[in-house]
Amino acid sequence: MTSSLFVPLAPFVIFYLGALLIAVTRNRVRQAVMLAIPLIGAWNLYAMPADTVIGVQVFDYTLSLFQADRLSLLFGYLFHLAAFLGAIYAIKVTDNSELIGSFMYAGSALGAVFTGDMITLFVFWEMLAVTSVFLVLARRTERSQQAAMRYIIIQVLSGVILLAGVLLRVHDTGSIAFGHIGLDGTLASKLILLAIGIKCAFPLLHNWLTDAYPEATPTGTVFLSAFTTKVAVYALARSYAGTELLVPIGAAMAMFPIFYATIENDLRRVLSYSMINQIGFMVVGIGLGTEMAINGAIAHAFNDVIFKALLLMSMGAVLHRTGKINGSDLGGLYKSMPKTALFCIIGAASISAVPLFSGFVSKSMIMVAALEEGHGMIWLLLLFASAGVMEHAGIKIPYFAFFAHDSKIRCKEAPTNMLIAMGLAAAISIFIGVYPWALYSVLPFPVEYAPFTAPHVMTQMQLLLFSALAFAVLKLTHIYPPELPGVNIDAEWSYRMALPKAVGLFKKTFGPLDRAVRKTALGLVNSAIGAVFRLHGPTGVMARTTLVGSMVQWVVVLLAVYLVLFMIGD
Amino acid sequence: MSDKKHVFDNPKNVKRVIHWLYVACAVVFVADFFVERDVNHPWESLFGFYGIYGFIAFSLLVLVSKELRKVLMRREDYYDK
Repeated sequence: MTSSLFVPLAPFVIFYLGALLIAVTRNRVRQAVMLAIPLIGAWNLYAMPADTVIGVQVFDYTLSLFQADRLSLLFGYLFHLAAFLGAIYAIKVTDNSELIGSFMYAGSALGAVFTGDMITLFVFWEMLAVTSVFLVLARRTERSQQAAMRYIIIQVLSGVILLAGVLLRVHDTGSIAFGHIGLDGTLASKLILLAIGIKCAFPLLHNWLTDAYPEATPTGTVFLSAFTTKVAVYALARSYAGTELLVPIGAAMAMFPIFYATIENDLRRVLSYSMINQIGFMVVGIGLGTEMAINGAIAHAFNDVIFKALLLMSMGAVLHRTGKINGSDLGGLYKSMPKTALFCIIGAASISAVPLFSGFVSKSMIMVAALEEGHGMIWLLLLFASAGVMEHAGIKIPYFAFFAHDSKIRCKEAPTNMLIAMGLAAAISIFIGVYPWALYSVLPFPVEYAPFTAPHVMTQMQLLLFSALAFAVLKLTHIYPPELPGVNIDAEWSYRMALPKAVGLFKKTFGPLDRAVRKTALGLVNSAIGAVFRLHGPTGVMARTTLVGSMVQWVVVLLAVYLVLFMIGD
Repeated sequence: MSDKKHVFDNPKNVKRVIHWLYVACAVVFVADFFVERDVNHPWESLFGFYGIYGFIAFSLLVLVSKELRKVLMRREDYYDK
């Protein structure tokens, strides 16, 4: 299969070297490099013999830079595909830091999924954070700079927690291999889960995502949506499959964001909440741990990367053309951007799991697995969340951007390169929806699930159409809430408002006390210095000099007294 | 730009879409008669369960969110102060 000239490279190397090339090339050449990187990367991966292992020796440990199984290969190809779509979408971007960041970021994701040890995983875990922050910074607004700082702090924190967990685990087990961990009661296993949980956007740990992603550049958000959280899903599937605790966590993730998404005005922030909702389904699948559930979670991760990128690309195109992204400012754009509107609707249909679109063939595997495992309540919640997906992503996104009341904004259709990227993502979503076996054949376990049964199609159509009916009724009766500008308080309130306020209050309360204590202490020190000065200063008693003569005189007096006493005493 | 009339500028077309939605809902609801489906959860035995659940879930979600807005919503510059 491979010629003697072929030297397999760890996939991240191609992206890192490519980023270097991007830095030194311009215009057409650079565009060619951008497109070539994921293609060469995918070819390298394809040409690599299945049992290839690339390692380096560092001190006593052999770090594994590449080893592959079905799980990592699927994510590997997915990341190449996402990078390729992203490259087309970003082909006209000229900002060096953004482009270099994007490709280093994609490379770091590849590094993370193809490593076999936890130390290398940690390195790429942090590289994901450091490289991706440039996509937020590149927006170059005051808000994005601040969001980027919060983002990097939380991401690096996740890495530090991971490192602590890894070190403890290596100490306990003596092995750095990255495999199944599971919650085994050790602190190490809890710390590693927490670190993955932060990147996975577990409830209460999720706000970095909804804070930073909508502040990135139009192209940056597309890249961001594909990698960080999916690396976390991959890590979770590899190391915590079958962990019961993940089932309720995942259900909570699927549920709470749909409420926020409904009232959120920034449409890219709606999609950020939507990401957490979709990852929730995957986390439930991983927690269930059966072959069908894991297959469902991984298949859904694959589909989510494509349709979420598609939705974010359509919203990015709207932002690019109109400069606006709030639902309250948009509407009627189907007149100016009909193709973008069509692609957006395909993305919306895919995420809502309409039959013949990609979400339909993957999400249901998780749902069926939940029922099979006896999680009736979880199943009802996921079904509720599915109606919620229809609400915020299936209807709200396309409706408020492209239809609703006419905002009178008239702009050009999205640039051709963006349309091509969206068209490809839409085609993939439909292809997998129509012919899911292509995806099923590369899943970690053999698939026995048949998606296109009459009951499945009918029940799903009932759920979706009656959800749409509810929207029509609520809209016609004017009960449906309008899009309003504003921010909605979420867990981030704790560190964006409460913490600074608490610090302020602390300063205010203890400031005067602190000042009083300092003043008193300073007074004491000053009076001590004064006393010493009085005694020992130039005029002080202790500093007086006395003549030798008077000293002798006093000695004579003392001796005389002594003599007198002696005589009396005798 | 042009004052070209677009498809949904005509309220008739909007009505037409909504009417087709009603028809589609009716069709899939009635289809429950003819499609044999397994019941793995007790609630599933209800005729038209998925439609009813979808309608209620969607409405509940919107109504609860609307109330939540009163509690959660702040001015856009809330964090900037």
